Amino acid sequence: MGVRTWIDSWPVYRQLKGTDPLGRGAAAKSGATARLTPRVASADRVVKSVCPYCAVGCGQNVYVEDGRVTQIEGDPDSPISRGRLCPKGSASLQLTTGGAREHHVLYRRPHGTEWERLDLDTAMDMIADRVIEARRSGWQWEVDETRTRRTLGVASLGGATLDNEENYLIKKLFTALGAVQIENQARV
Amino acid sequence: MAECHPVGFQWVMEAKARGAKVIHVDPRFTRTSALADVHVPLRAGSDIAFLGGIINHVLRTGSYFRDYVVAYTNGPVVLREDFRDTEDLDGVFSGLDAGSRSYDNSSWQYKGTEMQAASGQRDQEYGKRTRDGSSVTEAARGESHGSGGPDIGEGEPERDETMSHPRCVFQVLKRHYARYTPEVVEQVCGVPQDLFRQVCELVTQNSGRERTTAFAYAVGWTQHTVGVQYIRAASVLQSLLGNIGRPGGGILALRGHASIQGSTDIPTLFNLLPGYIPMPHAHQQQDLDTFVEAEAARKGYWGNMRSYLVSLLKAYWGEAATDGNDFCFDYLPRLTGSHSTYETVMAQLDGVCKGYFLMGENPAVGSANAKLQRLGMANLDWLVVRDFSLIESATWWKDGPEIETGEMRTEDIGTEVFFLPAAAHTEKDGSFTNTQRLLQWHHQAVPPPGEARSDLWFTFHLGRIIREKLAASTDEMDRPLLDLTWGYPTKGEHAEPDAEAVLAEINGHDSDGSPLSSYEELKDDGSTVCGCWIYCGVHADGVNQAARRKPGREQDWVAKEWGWAWPANRRILYNRASADPDGRPWSERKALVWWDADEGSWTGHDVPDFKPDKAPDHEPPPDAEGPAALSGQDPFIMQADGKAWLYVPSGLTDGPLPTHYEPQDSPFPNLLYAQQRNPVRHLLPPHPDNRYQPSGTEPGSEVFPYVATTYRLTEHHTAGGMSRWQPYLAELQPEFFCEVSPELAASRGLEHTGWATIVSARGVVEARVLVTDRMAPLTVQGRRLHQVGLPYHWGPNGYATGDAANELLHLSLDPNSHIQEAKAFAVDIRAGRRPRGTAALELVREYRARAGIDEGTGTEP
Repeated sequence: MGVRTWIDSWPVYRQLKGTDPLGRGAAAKSGATARLTPRVASADRVVKSVCPYCAVGCGQNVYVEDGRVTQIEGDPDSPISRGRLCPKGSASLQLTTGGAREHHVLYRRPHGTEWERLDLDTAMDMIADRVIEARRSGWQWEVDETRTRRTLGVASLGGATLDNEENYLIKKLFTALGAVQIENQARV
Repeated sequence: MAECHPVGFQWVMEAKARGAKVIHVDPRFTRTSALADVHVPLRAGSDIAFLGGIINHVLRTGSYFRDYVVAYTNGPVVLREDFRDTEDLDGVFSGLDAGSRSYDNSSWQYKGTEMQAASGQRDQEYGKRTRDGSSVTEAARGESHGSGGPDIGEGEPERDETMSHPRCVFQVLKRHYARYTPEVVEQVCGVPQDLFRQVCELVTQNSGRERTTAFAYAVGWTQHTVGVQYIRAASVLQSLLGNIGRPGGGILALRGHASIQGSTDIPTLFNLLPGYIPMPHAHQQQDLDTFVEAEAARKGYWGNMRSYLVSLLKAYWGEAATDGNDFCFDYLPRLTGSHSTYETVMAQLDGVCKGYFLMGENPAVGSANAKLQRLGMANLDWLVVRDFSLIESATWWKDGPEIETGEMRTEDIGTEVFFLPAAAHTEKDGSFTNTQRLLQWHHQAVPPPGEARSDLWFTFHLGRIIREKLAASTDEMDRPLLDLTWGYPTKGEHAEPDAEAVLAEINGHDSDGSPLSSYEELKDDGSTVCGCWIYCGVHADGVNQAARRKPGREQDWVAKEWGWAWPANRRILYNRASADPDGRPWSERKALVWWDADEGSWTGHDVPDFKPDKAPDHEPPPDAEGPAALSGQDPFIMQADGKAWLYVPSGLTDGPLPTHYEPQDSPFPNLLYAQQRNPVRHLLPPHPDNRYQPSGTEPGSEVFPYVATTYRLTEHHTAGGMSRWQPYLAELQPEFFCEVSPELAASRGLEHTGWATIVSARGVVEARVLVTDRMAPLTVQGRRLHQVGLPYHWGPNGYATGDAANELLHLSLDPNSHIQEAKAFAVDIRAGRRPRGTAALELVREYRARAGIDEGTGTEP
């Protein structure tokens, strides 16, 4: 470390010589602070996204490093949000990467008292069988001698943070199944 | 708005910085009030009286925008002689059948239209309109949200351009609202007259040629037994003031979920098909043509409904849908009345509905009368829950409130439960439609962890497996499944469907497979395919328009190159109304689109919401139909007469004009009419856990003396599934609380940060007490009224816990939208924690007995 650097690292000197005579900004900055970098600086990629909470639709920048999401921040490009996020949007990192998320399929058998593990393929196969059966048991070709071609055996209630493409497939599949009790948060 | 849409609220603050006045009308003093110029606390459930008072002020003082009203609204239209208003019938309109709790809207029609049109109970008119077929849907109520365009029948309505005919809409409106005086507003809403007059003056001074006023609302307006009429009241006011279709104007629904607008446009709703096409009701001999004849308006863009529907059927059933088989119209299942989520709960209790999917929804705490939701689920054969964490709807069988009270034992519950972890927005491609109809694409950043999958993956593969299992079936029941176009390309190790391929199907293509660029290109002969007509253009030129992200700072204030708004990337709907009848902006200050005579086209800052080459002086030929029947001065192109409706001749189940009724449960009598409640509100069949309370002067009403309202906080989201498991958010708002005034706290012995027990005829909850001046006591009908504020985010699971406010709610719904009345009801509040176990049930029973409640209470028309 040269003398010059050594003197410059002394806060009182910077306070006297620099633009921060009250020592409330640059003059008080320590070496450790100066060496800090934002956690987004080392990201491999920035992926453009949209906040999943309310319907304002704030832009999000999703930072990815080593295949993991490391930070989510507001997107300054967005003419809607201009880079801002509210407390919920700012907590998106915990929503997406937090420890409270379940990563495995769980199964509760009829009259069971605890969860059991089930692999995803088995669960999908069991659910498909149950849809076929419930659909058939609740089938109504007619009601009061008038054609209905439907089932009341199966129903769905969806959230409203699903993608349009997801909703499109849900409505399409359930309509083809003959189910009419298809609803979402917009009613609630 | 500052609480629930804080980032959107920055634009309100920008407007304020430029001189705009901000008025906040809310029972509570919130962060919005803190930043507003005027805060108006009012009694929850009294907004129509408040808005009606402003309408009366506008009409009485002549401060409406006369040129706009005459040219662009139905103010000059003359009504039939047999129409009777609430003025004539003490609070109800002509056509009421009190027994069936429904209206026949024949007498509400315009004079001069030949055939009676359909109302929201359009189905009852089916026979008349098609001259054959009989309906089995007497129970059908408001089957669609104005979808299909309410028709007004054949013929030209009679008009009086001077708006002086005693039966013209404008004069009827004047008489209807004459009783909504400042004195009445004060008595009904608890808003002092001088404060009310201040609001009237601010609104009218800021409306007209040079200035516009906007109204923003959220579920505080929709969650009522008269919710649709709340919005209608704002529509009447804004149409009178000329504040629709103009920059800085409008009525803005601030929606609370990332794609709740999208889930209405591409609906997972029982009564709608994509693009607001109604789901068909059951009728004898119904084919595609009779359906369209019955459902589509003759004039305006709904006149092209057959093109939208045929293109959708082609998207669903592809090659199988041909002209010869009515494009598989018979494959669509038929409705017989309401099949809303609340009827679904009843079907579960009845054992009819055996299987239930919950995809990102938490009704065990998030839906009104949460107990009924859980009882319904406990009666299922199986339940599939897809979510991030173990929400209450996944775990009620082991730790729900009924286990604690002993009403249910885990071992007795036969419901099989599958919990499937869901992918987050960062783990999938897809589009959200925000509250201003803007589609924005989010890109996948990483694959979902473990067995988490997107709902796109789940739905696609569930359909694939079911189709494989039924592939050999010859049962006619299975044809719609087997003929379904379901060949979406997949990618990656999880075989994730390509979301953009789904978006391309939603956008649609022609017979060559070329992407369509506008719904104007849709055909009714099967040569075009389109999954949602209003989204046509979102994949124009094969480009994902929703993924456009030209930075805002590089664009003008309209920012047309950020995302894509339906329809046709228009940012302000009905913006033809921003210009005068001759096509010139009403004022330079408020210019948005205008007619360029030299170019022979509409132009401006926004994409004109009008046929580009239709001149202002265009008069349609008398036999024209559909969009061609609109004149150059009909800005409201989805309406059957091209006009904004001050008065609604058809399309609503509960009356042509907004009228104040008391909430289902109210401590007050209706001061305006003898009719206490909305006479056609939608009540569910009697159930011991869904009892209603006595109201007004009925004995027992005094047992529940306080008005309660539910709401959200900045730090949580809906029923908490996306916020109670986040440590930051849980720390910011750690538990359920209620907000009460110091005066109420003193009278009931409630201590700040202590506990309160809140009781209704449905249930009992406990909450931490927040004693605050933010809940101002009001004087209503000469009586001191206290209101109790209940944020509804909680349940027993997650990091932030508490009772669910929805335990207190009844099921009494708006008859048009079937939305529950969560925003105004009556409760009692007392100090201390609630009883546990059977004692909790006993307390509710005791309250019911004291109020004299039985299954008939509150069910009068």
